[in-house]
Amino acid sequence: MSPTRDEQHWMYRNMVTSRRFEETIAKIYFEGKTPVFNMANGPIPGEMHLSDGQEPVAVGVCAHLTPEDVVTATHRPHHQAIAKGVDLDKMAAEIFGKTTGLSGGRGGHMHIFDPDVNFACSGIIAQGMGPAVGAALSRKMQGKPGVAVAFLGEGAVNQGAWHEAMNLAAVWKLPFVCVIEDNAWGISVAKSTATSIANNADRAAAYGIPGTRIEGNDPYAIYEAAGAAIARARAGEGPSLIEVETYRLAGHFMGDAEGYRPEGEKDALFEKDPIPKMRAKLLADGVASEAELDAIEAESAARVEAAIKFARESADPAPEDALTAVFAA
Amino acid sequence: MTKSNERKLTIARSMAEAVAQEMRVDPSVFVMGEDIGPLGGVYGNTRGLIEEFGAERIRDTPISETAFIGAAVGAAQDGMRPVVELMFVDFFGVCFDAIYNLMAKNIYFSGGNLKVPMVLMTSTGGGYSDGGQHSQCVYGTFAHLPGMKVVAPSNAYDAKGLMTAAMRDDSPVVYMYHKGLQGMGWLGTEAGATVHVPEESYTVEIGKAKVVRQGKDVTIVSLGMGVHNALKAAKTLEGQGVSAEVVDLVSLVPLDRETIRASVAKTGRLIVVDEDYMSYGVSGEIIASVTEHDISVLKAAPKRVAFPDVPIPFARVMEQYCLPNPDKIVAAWDEMKAA
Repeated sequence: MSPTRDEQHWMYRNMVTSRRFEETIAKIYFEGKTPVFNMANGPIPGEMHLSDGQEPVAVGVCAHLTPEDVVTATHRPHHQAIAKGVDLDKMAAEIFGKTTGLSGGRGGHMHIFDPDVNFACSGIIAQGMGPAVGAALSRKMQGKPGVAVAFLGEGAVNQGAWHEAMNLAAVWKLPFVCVIEDNAWGISVAKSTATSIANNADRAAAYGIPGTRIEGNDPYAIYEAAGAAIARARAGEGPSLIEVETYRLAGHFMGDAEGYRPEGEKDALFEKDPIPKMRAKLLADGVASEAELDAIEAESAARVEAAIKFARESADPAPEDALTAVFAA
Repeated sequence: MTKSNERKLTIARSMAEAVAQEMRVDPSVFVMGEDIGPLGGVYGNTRGLIEEFGAERIRDTPISETAFIGAAVGAAQDGMRPVVELMFVDFFGVCFDAIYNLMAKNIYFSGGNLKVPMVLMTSTGGGYSDGGQHSQCVYGTFAHLPGMKVVAPSNAYDAKGLMTAAMRDDSPVVYMYHKGLQGMGWLGTEAGATVHVPEESYTVEIGKAKVVRQGKDVTIVSLGMGVHNALKAAKTLEGQGVSAEVVDLVSLVPLDRETIRASVAKTGRLIVVDEDYMSYGVSGEIIASVTEHDISVLKAAPKRVAFPDVPIPFARVMEQYCLPNPDKIVAAWDEMKAA
């Protein structure tokens, strides 16, 4: 299964939008945080986990999803949110902690919730699994269309929650796909130090479900594998596991000195940046012209600029709004 | 004296009845947990449900509390109304992230755009030598963390009405039922918990305490099993010419501070009875609710009868030494009077 021309344009557009978004956030993040870095300062306080380099996973999977499908994401959620169609203005405003944000500033960047497109997060490693499996159960019980996808990092696969939920999804044969973004690092701990096997897709055998590993951070291969897994889920044939080799071009969080990376690793990763690679492929395959790609890039940049402007110009929440929305209205 | 039309049910049966009645009218309600299917729940509170509703809606789960409580959160956010069972509240240790980081926070994290209509029912309490990992109450632990409503019925009438209210609530409700009130013979049931329960579906308001005995000399506040100890103590005190008022909290979150304050304003004295650990818990919160509001109503320093700050011991004599009981409540009154 290969992506159509339109799908390829959509994938490229969302990869570029995500990258522009992260680059812009990165720039703004340091406002007020120099010369002394203090996470609490500036227009975007708190931790910031950027997804630069991991865009192929988000678009390769979400190309197969509609708003009614469910996605749970992690502490590093922006690329997935963008690909899932989360409202970019409201997401930016949430990241700035503004009253116009998705949750009016109650959540922040690790807690992006947009029920309109069935997108949710947990900042706790592997804890998106249970809710995604539960949403899949809900669809199965209600006979309602839709599948659930949980995105996780490779470190999450060593959490008990992951194993419990994989087993539950498999034993109940739920319309669920687990997508592992293997960026090789759990903050500073290498996958090879933390994980007893090289290929987490092998773990699928423990639950009697299909498992696939995609090398090379290739959006086309991800698209194909995700398409098969999601089609299987939609057909009621049960869950699948996909692990994708991807690259974290940024630190774990903004301010991470990345001293744990071997010499030269970052440079080598930038050589493999998936965005210029996809651009070159689109041109080589004759799927898009320079002009079309330039237009996509310009539109993405404008889209991000508008979202950031919306966020910057939005009002802070009333402080006492902190005391509301603890319970359902 | 037996009244005509009286229909005494155990808490276990009243819980199951509430769930069955709601499931008949609301297809989004389903139950999942360990041994809640053909076994009917270790404490009988899902008995008969699988026969009527089948294994799709009455789901036995693997022993994976993190997964199935997390799944309940996802299902609740997706339009279902799951009732999940955590067999012993003590097991919260293996799944608390799903409870307090997901279930309790996702409404807030969504700015109120999501509903999380689920019930986490879980057994509490000791007194039958089950040791320190199967006998706790940890009421205060749950009530302390924002985002969860917490209820704890002391009798079958409230048990049914609270369960119905909990299933209809759009926020997560932790439903803490005491094993010693459940009506399971093998747990040595407190007879006072088995009361008349109307056949029809009804709700008991979450967040409303009840004055279950009127009095004028001292207010005894408690919940769950403690209410029965308080009522027994009140009877003893009555023999001594002391008129004790007993407040059944019914809910810990929201906490009905008004009812507590009104009672203490009337009696001027307060004893709190709590089977949970003494420190940093429910008993301290109840006293603070009164003292920070209007300390002048108190004629004596408040007293607590609570579990000492030790893990729950196994040996019968040791556990009974630690547990609240009517004699300790009467002794608390004696000390209060002597002071």
